[in-house]
Amino acid sequence: MMDIPSTIKISLRALRANKMRSALTMLGIIIGVGAVIAMLAIGTGASERIEEQISSMGSNLLMVLPGATTSGGVRMGAGTQPTLSTGDADAIRKDCPAVEYVAPVHNGVAQVVYGGQNWSTGVTGTTASILKVRDWPLVQGRPFTEDETRSAAKVSLIGQTVVESLFGGINPVGRIIMIKKIPFMVVGTLDRKGQSMLGQDQDDIILIPVTTAQKKLFGASFPGMVRIIMVKAKSAGDMDAAEKQIVELLRQRHRIGQRQDDDFTVRNLTQMMRAAEQSAKVMTLLLGAIASVSLIVGGIGIMNIMLVSVTERTREIGIRMAVGARTWDIRMQFIIEALTLSLIGGVVGIVIGISGSGALSALSGWATAVSLPSIALAFGFSGAVGIFFGFYPAYKASLLDPIEALRHE
Amino acid sequence: MALIEVRDINKRYSVGDVEINALNGVSLDIEKGEFIAVMGPSGSGKSTFMNILGCLDRPTSGRYLLEGSDVAGLGRDELAAIRNRKLGFVFQGFNLLPRASALENVELPLVYNGLPAKERGERAAEALKTVGLGGREKHRPNQMSGGQQQRVAIARALVNNASIILADEPTGNLDTLTSAGIMELVARLNMESNITVILVTHESDIAAYSKRIIRFLDGRILSDAGVVTT
Ligand SMILES: Nc1ncnc2c1ncn2[C@@H]1O[C@H](COP(=O)(O)OP(=O)(O)O)[C@@H](O)[C@H]1O
Ligand SMILES: [Mg+2]
Repeated sequence: MMDIPSTIKISLRALRANKMRSALTMLGIIIGVGAVIAMLAIGTGASERIEEQISSMGSNLLMVLPGATTSGGVRMGAGTQPTLSTGDADAIRKDCPAVEYVAPVHNGVAQVVYGGQNWSTGVTGTTASILKVRDWPLVQGRPFTEDETRSAAKVSLIGQTVVESLFGGINPVGRIIMIKKIPFMVVGTLDRKGQSMLGQDQDDIILIPVTTAQKKLFGASFPGMVRIIMVKAKSAGDMDAAEKQIVELLRQRHRIGQRQDDDFTVRNLTQMMRAAEQSAKVMTLLLGAIASVSLIVGGIGIMNIMLVSVTERTREIGIRMAVGARTWDIRMQFIIEALTLSLIGGVVGIVIGISGSGALSALSGWATAVSLPSIALAFGFSGAVGIFFGFYPAYKASLLDPIEALRHE
Repeated sequence: MALIEVRDINKRYSVGDVEINALNGVSLDIEKGEFIAVMGPSGSGKSTFMNILGCLDRPTSGRYLLEGSDVAGLGRDELAAIRNRKLGFVFQGFNLLPRASALENVELPLVYNGLPAKERGERAAEALKTVGLGGREKHRPNQMSGGQQQRVAIARALVNNASIILADEPTGNLDTLTSAGIMELVARLNMESNITVILVTHESDIAAYSKRIIRFLDGRILSDAGVVTT
């Protein structure tokens, strides 16, 4: 049997003899591997972004919105009719055993002023429970108390974007800001959460007690009206139970008859995010699969060139057979040659794929993540392509008749 | 037991509807250390006979015993192993690998014999010295004359200690003077190393180096002017 180093040496010499041709053949693999790496990087980047957003949103999250999803066959946008109240929120917390925390939300946009600084931001009236519901720690200060919530106190927690816009380097805790010309004391600052799934800045926010929002800032069509009720279930396994309990309770509280539709909507946010994550994974797979097609096309290029090479080197094959090359010696020689082409192409393709996905995220702002498994996959795949598409030419070469091969011009 | 025993060998080719009997009942014995010239007009079956002796081809019928064992039943890889260990070929067109150096060309049979690289290099260099090409290890075929290329081919035939050298018109592409040099080398190897040489030629002054002349005509042995000791 022939040893591997000699075989590799022979392959490299054959490839060097036709530099241009070898380079062009490799180009097919380079493009294929580069595309696989870049596509997987885009897909993985999207999945990771969603994963981050899921954890920034808070886990086991349900959202109750006013208005029906369907109303007598006519689709109504959820959140169109004001039907939810702080009373509903309190009842959910008391009567739904699968629920851990509840936070009513009554929000709007308002002009905020501190000193000479002016900032327009989202103001959310809620209770201190929102910090639990959304897994949102404070960096400084304290949450507002139940007393403050009950008495509609003018206290606020501010997000990091607001801190930066209004205060620059100053410590905001204890300072007075003006929201719609009403003075509010800053009692704490919220930890950074980054962008939401829809690209909103989650740190551009001010939290105030829900009662204050209802009575002093945004008003209410009926006493205690809120726009959303955020709910955290006890565990992931309690999500369905919590949803069922909330629906039952609210139908009762809103006196909805047997045949009537709900006048509210419960959304399982975690489930929605998981679905988005799932679709990102499917997208990754699809992108990878499409890119793999170009790798296979590259493999066909290798097969084509190897077949040409076998024909051109028929005489060489005859000489090798005459001095004692066995079937597998000839086969190995051509397979290793194809493998050399595809692996060199694979390595170059990996480099190009990595720098390409870097350039892509720099240009488009898409999150890309080149994972080690995707590199291993692309490299392994290019090797497999080399062996697979190299085999037939190698097989053909090994079956040549030595005399006819020697006579070949 | 002779080194080579050939009994009633036939080789038939069919090209379309036409059947060609390239060999018609050829029988002969060859002893170790003989130096044989095979002669005959073009198309008389000399190359066909050499290819069968060289285990590159198989007869349509008949028996071929090499060192007492029948070659007929052997597969491709077993024949390759016999060519590798027992036979050395010298062709009219040299048949060297064009991109490989003289040393690498000579090494080739050892590569397929699985010898480690170091030993291969040493033995190939030794063989090149034997054929008078010491110091030309790095030369490529296109950097050498025809005579030198044929010497590289002879070194390649020798390097694995082949007991038989089969040469089909080895001087066919060479001028008279160079041919004489090659024949002297072959005769010396036959004498000094007791290597069996079977050589096809058209020229009687080349055949004159041998000790036995076999003449072919129409696939049959016309005459066998040698002394066979049995
Ligand atoms: N592969 C082949 N197919 C068909 N006919 C062949 C083949 N090889 C040789 N022959 C025929 O066999 C005969 C003997 O050929 P060959 O042994 O090459 O003669 P020589 O070497 O004595 O000139 C010729 O008639 C030739 O045409
Ligand atoms: Mg001939």
